[in-house]
Parts: sequence; C-alpha cells; structure tokens
Amino acid sequence: MAALALFKVFGSGGMQTVTLIPGDGIGPEISTAVMKIFEAAKAPIQWEEKNVTAIKGPGGKWIIPPEAKESMDKNKIGLKGPLKTPIAAGHPSMNLLLRKTFDLYANVRPCMSIEGYKTPYTDVDLVTIRENTEGEYSGIEHTIVDGVVQSIKLITEDASRKIAEYAFEYAKNNQRASVTAVHKANIMRMSDGLFLRKCRQVAENYRDIKFTEMYLDTVCLNMVQDPTQFDVLVMPNLYGDILSDLCAGLIGGLGVTPSGNIGANNVAIFESVHGTAPDIAGLDLANPTALLLSAVMMLRHMGMHDYSKKIETACFNTIRDKKVLTGDLGGKSKCSEFTAEICQRVRDMD
Amino acid sequence: ADFFALAPIQWEEKNVTAIKGPGGKWIIPPEAKESMDKNKIGLKGPLKTPIAAGHPSMNLLLRKTFDLYANVRPCMSIEGYKTPYTDVDLVTIRENTEGEYSGIEHTIVDGVVQSIKLITEDASRKIAEYAFEYAKNNQRASVTAVHKANIMRMSDGLFLRKCRQVAENYRDIKFTEMYLDTVCLNMVQDPTQFDVLVMPNLYGDILSDLCAGLIGGLGVTPSGNIGANNVAIFESVHGTAPDIAGLDLANPTALLLSAVMMLRHMGMHDYSKKIETACFNTIRDKKVLTGDLGGKSKCSEFTAEICQRVRDMD
Repeated sequence: MAALALFKVFGSGGMQTVTLIPGDGIGPEISTAVMKIFEAAKAPIQWEEKNVTAIKGPGGKWIIPPEAKESMDKNKIGLKGPLKTPIAAGHPSMNLLLRKTFDLYANVRPCMSIEGYKTPYTDVDLVTIRENTEGEYSGIEHTIVDGVVQSIKLITEDASRKIAEYAFEYAKNNQRASVTAVHKANIMRMSDGLFLRKCRQVAENYRDIKFTEMYLDTVCLNMVQDPTQFDVLVMPNLYGDILSDLCAGLIGGLGVTPSGNIGANNVAIFESVHGTAPDIAGLDLANPTALLLSAVMMLRHMGMHDYSKKIETACFNTIRDKKVLTGDLGGKSKCSEFTAEICQRVRDMD
Repeated sequence: ADFFALAPIQWEEKNVTAIKGPGGKWIIPPEAKESMDKNKIGLKGPLKTPIAAGHPSMNLLLRKTFDLYANVRPCMSIEGYKTPYTDVDLVTIRENTEGEYSGIEHTIVDGVVQSIKLITEDASRKIAEYAFEYAKNNQRASVTAVHKANIMRMSDGLFLRKCRQVAENYRDIKFTEMYLDTVCLNMVQDPTQFDVLVMPNLYGDILSDLCAGLIGGLGVTPSGNIGANNVAIFESVHGTAPDIAGLDLANPTALLLSAVMMLRHMGMHDYSKKIETACFNTIRDKKVLTGDLGGKSKCSEFTAEICQRVRDMD
C-alpha cells in the first residue's frame, strides 16, 4: 500500500490499520480514490487489503477466507466496496456472509443533503439505524397447506435492546437531539410491541435525548413532505431496509450515501451500498463519493474528527462548486480528476 | 336527491357504530349491513374508535364484514397545491386481508416473539386480477408487482408467481416487478416512472401513505375499498379532526375525490370528470381555499365555489 511519509501521533493516535475490501466492478478504482484522498489528508490510516470471496471451509460450509477474518478481528475496522454475488456461485450473498461472520447487528446510514447536488429536498439531516439480524428477515418460511405460505418474523428482547442501546449511544456521541422508534405496534402488538418496550426502557437511561415513537406509515407520509422533522430513527429489519433506501433517495441515491455496519466485539465495517456497476468498471468514470463518505463515517467512528471534517468538507465543496463532477453528478470529469480535485482542496486546508 | 352537478345519486345515510350482536360478537348495525348489501356502493367519512370502547377498530370491522380485499389509492399531483413533485400519477393497490396483518403472534420463550405473515394463493390471485382489471378499465399502461421475494422467497415468491400468471391474461398491459426498497428509493427521486403498483398488505400500507405524501397528504387523497359480491366503499383516509369539527373549517377534498372515484367505478365518467375538474380548478386558481390548502376560506365557501364551477360547466 502507499507508504505514508509522515507519522503524526494524536491522543490515542498513531497509525491505525484498517481492513480494506475493494470489492468488484468499480470497487478497486473507488478504493484507490479513497486511499489517495486519505494520503493527501495525511490521515494516520494504514490499509490492509483483503479479498472476501467465499470459499468452502471445513465441513463444507461457505466461509470468508480465514485471512480476511483474522485481519478484521485484529483491526476491528473495515472499509468495503461493492461486492457481487455470482448467480451460479452456489453460496449465499456475500453481504449476508459478512453479516453473519461478524454479527453485524446495526446498519447505520446518515443522510444529509449535499449542497450542489439537487434533489427535491434541501435540508435533510437524519440517520436511520436498522436492526440487521432478525425481524422479517429470519428466513423461516413454511408451506402450511397447498397454496398457503407462512413467513415468520422474529423479534427478541436482546436484539431490540442492543439496537436501541446503539441508537442512543450514537445519538449521544454525535450530538443528535432525538431518537424516534419506528414501528407498527398497533397492528403487530406483540412483536413490534416488544421492540418498542425495549426502546422505551433504554430511553430512560438517556434523559438528555428526546425519545419519540411513530408508526412506519406515518413516518413515510411525513418524510416526503418534510424530512427536516426527523433526526435519529431506530427500527426493526424490514422497516430499516425500506426507510434507509427511501432516505437515500431523498439526498440523491445510493451513489452518494454512506453506510456503516456495527458488529459484535467492536467490529465495524463501513461500505458504499451501491452496486458494482460493471458497465463502467475500469473506465475511470465511477463516482467515489459514497465510499469516501463511508470512510469519513469510519474516521468519525474512530474518533478522528479533524480528519473526517477535513475530508468531508473537501468532498462537499467539490460537489457544491460544480466545476469537477463525475457523470452521475451531472458533470463530465473522470473519477481520477474528481479525486485529484478533492485531494487538492484537502491539501489547501493545511 | 341530487345537488348541483345533477349527478343521479341518491344517498342513504347509515350509522355504523359497532354494537354487540347475538353471541356477544361486535358487529355493525344490521340496518347498515343490509343497506350496503343492497346498494353495493358506499361513501364513508372518517370514523373514530373510542379507546375504551372494547371493540376492534371500526375500519377493521367494516373490512371483515364486507371482505374488503383491495385498497386502491390513485395519487395524482394537484396543480396549485405545491409539493416537491409535480407530475405524480400512479395508483397503489394493496391486498388488505392477509399478509403481515394476520394478527397471529406468539411468545416462543420469554423474550422471543414471533409474528406470522400469511400469503395465500387465492388472495394473491384475487388482488392481482383486480389490479389488472383496474389497469384495463382505467387505461393504465403498466402494473408493477412490489415485493421482497429475494428475502421472503416462499411468501412473496408465491405472491409474485400469481401476479405473473394473471399478467399472462393481460398481454396489452406491461407487467414489471420491483423490490420494495428499490421502489422507495426511486419513488422519491422520480415518481413519474410508476403507474399501477400491486402489493401485499404491509408494503401497501407503507407505499400508499408514502404516495399520499407526494401529492400533499391525507387531506387530498382519495381511497376505495373493493369487497366480495361487488361491494365497494370509498372513503377519505384522514382523521376525524375533532379540534375543528363543527367550525366550518374542514377541507372536503379527500372525501370529494373519493366520491369522484366512486362515480368512475360506477361508470359515470362524465359526472366524475365534471366534479373533479371543478375541484381541481378551484384549488389551482387559489382564490377560495380552506386553511390546510393555504387559504382562509370556510368549508362552505370552498364548497360553494366548486358548486358554482360545476353549474357553469353545463
């Protein structure tokens, strides 16, 4: 990897090693872009590149390569580009495999309007926190009789408490004013009712943070009329799947949306959530913004607020000024040009 | 008795407040049920369910009494009523009897709860057939099945299969499929790409409210419920607004547009067009608007304005 010429020690600092999973398609080029920008910012991050393509482990189960797992367990922090799951591969989705390997229980997506990237909304600033291990995605389904299928949604006290605790901790650490539990407990009284009760219990330990509750349908109705009324939103799996994508749409789509997954044992993997874009892979046309903002989220998670602010500002200002933009942002620049522009702005900030 | 549009509709007013029937079950008054069974078509305003009443929600009771299996919400942008979107013109068709709202839940062990989602071949086929018939009768170009069959392979998979099967009988209508999360992602960026959307219960609950938000909220959104034996009940989906009740401040648009939907359902296209146009033009011209639409007029003034426009069309 690029050798950093300067070492700076801040607080708990020194160089931090992060596992980097470039991914497929445009993954490698946007990863390179992020590394270049981090270098320009002189961020004390050392990248350990790993491949996570599934292999058959002992016992015939699909696993990620042991090398990749060891790296993540050691470093605790990872940055990941888009992964493809070949249809005929026979193994489950790579994202599912990673989720299970590291017990990634919380999916976090901050959605903030990007000045200069026009959408029907201008002041979005919210965070969706989705429980990512259970709920409607338990995968337990049965045919009862011919033509009658049941699908089981599981809600547990433990998972609900865990995600609620994460949401309030996140709010506290990021100076967010309120947490809203999103649910349908009027209809799903026991399951969503349990989820809601745990949120209420955890809320009592965070008296400085305002806690509210809102039905999912009401959230959607209000979200598209006035998203500024929302702050941190916490919810079970399916609702999170929907709302996180809805909110990404409000700020411009998956190409500009950061995402983080929090797991057991302090593992955290930050990732862009767009696809591999095979049609433009290798053509220097990709937009690295989503991966870069995910890397910024990662820096914030690691407490490196100055670096995160510097890089984020350089990225936002580049988009705002509209002189060097990739195609999807409405411009004609190459990925490398967009990256160079951000690097220059980062260097100018010193 | 008709009013100003001279629409050939006679109204039979009924109260549906739940009562205890023989055997102790909550039912709607027999008189109301007979009326609906006879007339087949109903128009309904908002109902309250008193918290201490002991009976289930009135809406749920009506749904079960008449087997209202399809909830239909046409969402069209209203010129003059500004939202971030200008060209919304879609219809959500929601299966309203099963899915995630079956109400079957259990505690497995302490701290572990399961909630059952039921998808049946019959209900899926029925809602798909309704969606395609609706598209055909209303000159809609496409029907999109909204699902999460990548995750819920068996249940949503069954729903999707029935949609595909029904689609084969409607070759003139384009059939597509899209994941619910992708629909939401795309809906808020460009709702004009959508036409008729058909989906199971929970997804319909969410999407129908999301789409209502795109055009301005529940105060301007019409809704219809289709039941067994050709019963159809059209209704406004906003609340009872007790704080302004009786003060001549309410906006009748949602109920009016639901009544327009009702006329269309009954094949009375000229009358529906006339009334709808008068309503839309009143809102577009912004001279007489109720408070929620940004004006200062009373409900009666807004109503009189629409009446005048309707009369002027003759």
